[in-house]
Amino acid sequence: MTGTIPLQYFLIISTLMFFTGIYGFLTRKNLITMLMSIELILNSVNINFVAFNRYLYPENLHGHFFSLIVIAVAAAEAAVAIAIIINIYRNFRSIDVDKVDEMKF
Amino acid sequence: MRHELSLVAIALILLVTDLMLKPSQKPRIIPVAVVLFSIHTILGFLPACEGILFGGMFRATALIGMMKNVLNVGVLIILLQSYTWIMKEENRDKMSEYFILMFSTLTGMYFMISSGDFLMFYLGLETATIPMAALAAYTHHQTKSAEAGVKLILSSALSSGILLFGLSLIYGSTGSIYFSDVAQLYSNAPMQVLAFLFFFSGMAFKISLVPFHLWTADVYEGSPINVTSYFSVISKGAASFILVLILYKVFFQLVYVWQDLLYIISVLTMVVGNLFALRQKNMKRFLAFSSIAQAGFILLGMIAGSQMGMTSVIYFVLVYIFSNLGAFGVVSAIEASTGKINMGDYDGLYHTNPKLSLLMMLSMFSLAGIPPVAGFFGKFFLFTSAASAGYYWLVFIAVLNATISLYYYLMVVKAMFINKTDTPIAKFRSDNMTRAGLILSGLGILVVGFWAQVYEFIFNLSVGLF
Repeated sequence: MTGTIPLQYFLIISTLMFFTGIYGFLTRKNLITMLMSIELILNSVNINFVAFNRYLYPENLHGHFFSLIVIAVAAAEAAVAIAIIINIYRNFRSIDVDKVDEMKF
Repeated sequence: MRHELSLVAIALILLVTDLMLKPSQKPRIIPVAVVLFSIHTILGFLPACEGILFGGMFRATALIGMMKNVLNVGVLIILLQSYTWIMKEENRDKMSEYFILMFSTLTGMYFMISSGDFLMFYLGLETATIPMAALAAYTHHQTKSAEAGVKLILSSALSSGILLFGLSLIYGSTGSIYFSDVAQLYSNAPMQVLAFLFFFSGMAFKISLVPFHLWTADVYEGSPINVTSYFSVISKGAASFILVLILYKVFFQLVYVWQDLLYIISVLTMVVGNLFALRQKNMKRFLAFSSIAQAGFILLGMIAGSQMGMTSVIYFVLVYIFSNLGAFGVVSAIEASTGKINMGDYDGLYHTNPKLSLLMMLSMFSLAGIPPVAGFFGKFFLFTSAASAGYYWLVFIAVLNATISLYYYLMVVKAMFINKTDTPIAKFRSDNMTRAGLILSGLGILVVGFWAQVYEFIFNLSVGLF
């Protein structure tokens, strides 16, 4: 496959996305932004799966199936998470993690 | 496949029944759910058909059937124990959701344990996790419950993300997602070790091993107590089962990597869990940290990497289900009828509620591992399997930790039997379902300990693994 983008480029992008997601999750104070960071992580995984499948193992489609299912599950997860975040907003009148701190050790 | 089919059928029956009931008839759903689930539990013990489905994505063996039965028994006890709580006025309009959500998570755990490739494993894991967050946020008007729900869904989503990244690297380096192929193609290549570490950190979140345990205490404290007991025994048990299966079957080439890893993590988990449990006053938080420490002990069985290790893990989880549910049952009965949850409230409980105190004492002895009860044998087999693989120092540290844990478990017993107070919890009588749940867990603590055939039975089932 001369003239195409090398596999490494995809992996660099996906790794950057993964760690951006982790960094965002750990530093952001807004629950919705934390959820967006998780979506970044899941999408980096999707890029990995699809790139590996396309470049290394084009004879089967396991990677494509996997990324499709990850997308579906991420949607379900986001739905439940947002429902719970709305509930948090109703209870605390805020979705800032610093305000949601009724329990600490 | 019988387990999965009948459980999904039960969940659907409950859903349809719920649609047909008038709001005033809602409580009728409880006996229906309990009776159907009891039948399901008994059916599970019939000889299972072994085999592979969906081109290797799903596999059923006698050992996996046994793991599911262990989980079933625990869920049955939890259903019985949650009667008083679920009958409260505030839960009336969403009674059947409790059962349906619980059965969906259990279905997810079944698929997770039975999985034959990483895709099915991931699907099962998520099916088990997402409804669990809804369960944690079940009493949605309470701020604590909402907080527990959001903490659970965000931390578990992050952990699944990390786990998935590991899976994508595994796929990239082997080209397959099937357990059998991956096991053959795995070696000590750096990328594969890295992929394994990502995978393991994701799983460590689910079993709440140190340093991934920070969500545990808050989620346990905030959730309704019966949901907490579900987290601490069923969800933790299922995750330990699949972790031990995957470590032994898929990553056996990396045995020297994961043995070192388990060594460090198990010591950390036991020490941190125990030290934090010492300073807890709230019973739910106390049991949360005690369950973190118990997870450290479970790793002791896994580290051996032998048939004995596998058997001791399953046996310990069975014992742990009974003893932890005994403790949670008492705490939940007291919370449901008096609303008291702190350890100081238990002063003088023996004089007003002798039976409850007796069961609590049995559970505490079993969790601590005092000889006549089942918990002793559970810990004994874990220690034996670790020692037979040559981990004498680890066993020594574990015994020290068991001694520390004895201190805080006995604090509860002391509060109930010795401490004197002018205002003890008044005498109360639980309803029959709760009593049945308490008696079942008490019987389990005694019977599983004295009846040696249980261990041998599991041991014979796990023969085919090696």
